[in-house]
Amino acid sequence: MWSGRRGLLRSSGCGVEELRCRRREREAALRKARREQQLVSKRLLRDEATEEAEGGCVVVILGEAEIQEFLRLAQRGTEEKERERALVSLRRGLQHPETQQTFIRLEGSIRTLVGLLTSNQALLQLEAARCLHELSHSEQSAVAEACLPATSYLLTYLSGHSSDFIELCLYTLGNLIVESEAVRRQLLPQGIVPALAACIQLGPGLYSPPAHTATVTAWPKAEPWGSCGVCLVPSLHHLQVNNALLITQGALTTLGLLLLDLAAAVQRTEDAGLELVCGQLVCPVVRCLSNLLTEAAAETVGGPMQLRDERVLAALFILLQFFLHKQPSLLPEGLWLLNNLTANSPSFCTSLISLDLIEPLLHLLSVSNVVSVLVLTVLCNVAEKGPAYCQHLWPGLLLPTLLDTLALSDTEVVGQSLELLQLLFLYQPGAAQAFLQQSGLQALQRHEEVAQLQDRVHALQQTALHG
Amino acid sequence: MQLPPALHARLAGAPGAAAPLPVQRDSLAGNAPFRFAARQVRFPREHEFFEDGDVQRHLYLQDVITQVAAEPERPRVPEFTCQVAGCCQAFDTLEDYEHHYHTLHGNVCSSCKRAFPSGHLLDTHIQEWHDSLFQILAERQDMYQCLVEGCTEKFRTSRDRKEHLVTHHLYPADFRFDKPRKGRRPASQVSTEAIGEDRAPSEGDAMEVCSEQAEAHSEPPRERRVYSHRIPSTVCFGQGASRGFKSTKKRSKRQ
Repeated sequence: MWSGRRGLLRSSGCGVEELRCRRREREAALRKARREQQLVSKRLLRDEATEEAEGGCVVVILGEAEIQEFLRLAQRGTEEKERERALVSLRRGLQHPETQQTFIRLEGSIRTLVGLLTSNQALLQLEAARCLHELSHSEQSAVAEACLPATSYLLTYLSGHSSDFIELCLYTLGNLIVESEAVRRQLLPQGIVPALAACIQLGPGLYSPPAHTATVTAWPKAEPWGSCGVCLVPSLHHLQVNNALLITQGALTTLGLLLLDLAAAVQRTEDAGLELVCGQLVCPVVRCLSNLLTEAAAETVGGPMQLRDERVLAALFILLQFFLHKQPSLLPEGLWLLNNLTANSPSFCTSLISLDLIEPLLHLLSVSNVVSVLVLTVLCNVAEKGPAYCQHLWPGLLLPTLLDTLALSDTEVVGQSLELLQLLFLYQPGAAQAFLQQSGLQALQRHEEVAQLQDRVHALQQTALHG
Repeated sequence: MQLPPALHARLAGAPGAAAPLPVQRDSLAGNAPFRFAARQVRFPREHEFFEDGDVQRHLYLQDVITQVAAEPERPRVPEFTCQVAGCCQAFDTLEDYEHHYHTLHGNVCSSCKRAFPSGHLLDTHIQEWHDSLFQILAERQDMYQCLVEGCTEKFRTSRDRKEHLVTHHLYPADFRFDKPRKGRRPASQVSTEAIGEDRAPSEGDAMEVCSEQAEAHSEPPRERRVYSHRIPSTVCFGQGASRGFKSTKKRSKRQ
């Protein structure tokens, strides 16, 4: 399945310039859609694909009687093929919203479908899952909520071994999550985060059944990273309900470990497809982790739920460096996570120093204004913890780099530099001196007239000159 | 951005962190006109901070994804049969065979031949149904582990565990993979009685999980008997076939 889709990445004879142009157009359309709050992963997936796949296929609207008949045949048919065919017919009908509505209003319909989903007949299971998948495409939250009885089973199947089936369950769950708050409220306690994490940790070695020598020539490749990635993305993005619950479920640790896995994966792979997928996975993990850190429950110092593994820092930097050019949007988001990790944590600030990450941070200062502000904020997080910390910031690149940022004109960047300077002057003996010697006063002068900066500039000038 | 070489080694190392340096703040820090205060920042889902990332993600999705459940354009191969002893299911697509294999011949209990959807459930089953040591230990300590991946709670009885599944994890009370074993039969014997879900091992409820012998579950009498014999014995949808949508007589509260 996955390898089939990758074929779409290959251009079909378009010139490079044309591709770039088309991409710019698509990007603009997406930005516009997002600003209008129209950007929903699910909808896009469906619309894009439907034109290609369905082609001339007419979707039939099924009525109550027909649905009942198909369900009856699926459940009670004597011949397996007959039962399967009934479900296939049902599935086709469920592509239409009207059929979906009729279906969910029919008493016992979901129950029957769930029964088929959990039956021991593998192919019926598969078809039942496909029917649920169709339902999950609905944009009516009532339809998504009608699927609630199935979620515990969909989650259970995520720890199975049948890769296509897992993928199907993942997509279905992903769609349901996007559509309904009630679903999100249920999936969290049902353990979706560990289930998804377990899926990813399966790695590229999914067990395949033995090949039948006479007729089987090649087994479909299992790509759990790929399918998991795509489904994890909307899932994690929307799992911001009841975060306290997520935390008590150990989500911080799970997400931290995921980050480690991703960093390890990009280091050892040469597969461009896998790299892409990892990049897609990093984003929601970073966002989820970062927001979770702001929850009160996560703040309990020394509490069992707190994240305290400095390997997370290592992983974060490795990922940021790896994707610096391939996926630039990751950088500001990663630095935001870094802020949330270091703001109230002497431990992480110390790790930043002991792992020698200050210098790499400084090198990021020239990327963009947004990035610069974030980098300076993180440095302030470290510096504000006192002399023991500033001592480790001091020699080296920090002063020349700060002087460089003072030469910029962006007010926010300069403002943050001034904050950092104040902390250094306060906690690091000799900092003010060195600043003066390196023509710091001149650097400050150009901002003397700027409204948001002048008070701070003045204060620093005073401190530098008079101590 | 150059990273220190030791960083990669650190990633592969043990969890933990160095002892934090002593924190010592001066009250002047962050005082007016300065305003820095270290604080965490939270962004809601729709915040523009995420715009670039979202746009990139959608470009990626558009490039790579097609509808998963489209009419299977899977290559058809000449029909072949499953090679596992005793199984003669036929297939004409690889995907179907793969799913069949994993579902029915994958995580199979060698004692009672039941199949389970995951290794985790199989392990739990073996422990709770076929391990006499488990029974002994269970008399003295909490041995019944929660079925949800990631939850480490253990319980004294399978009923307590079910209670936990329902109230804490919002699982359905009739969760298919947590049904108690009936009666006091020794582990090796399988009940084929009309009461209860136990069936001959190779068919029907291939995916049962566990439970203790002493509990006699107070379930309503099997309504299966009301049905015609036409229901194939291989069919089971949870607790007997009573859940079919046509059975308006045995209405249960949920949908």
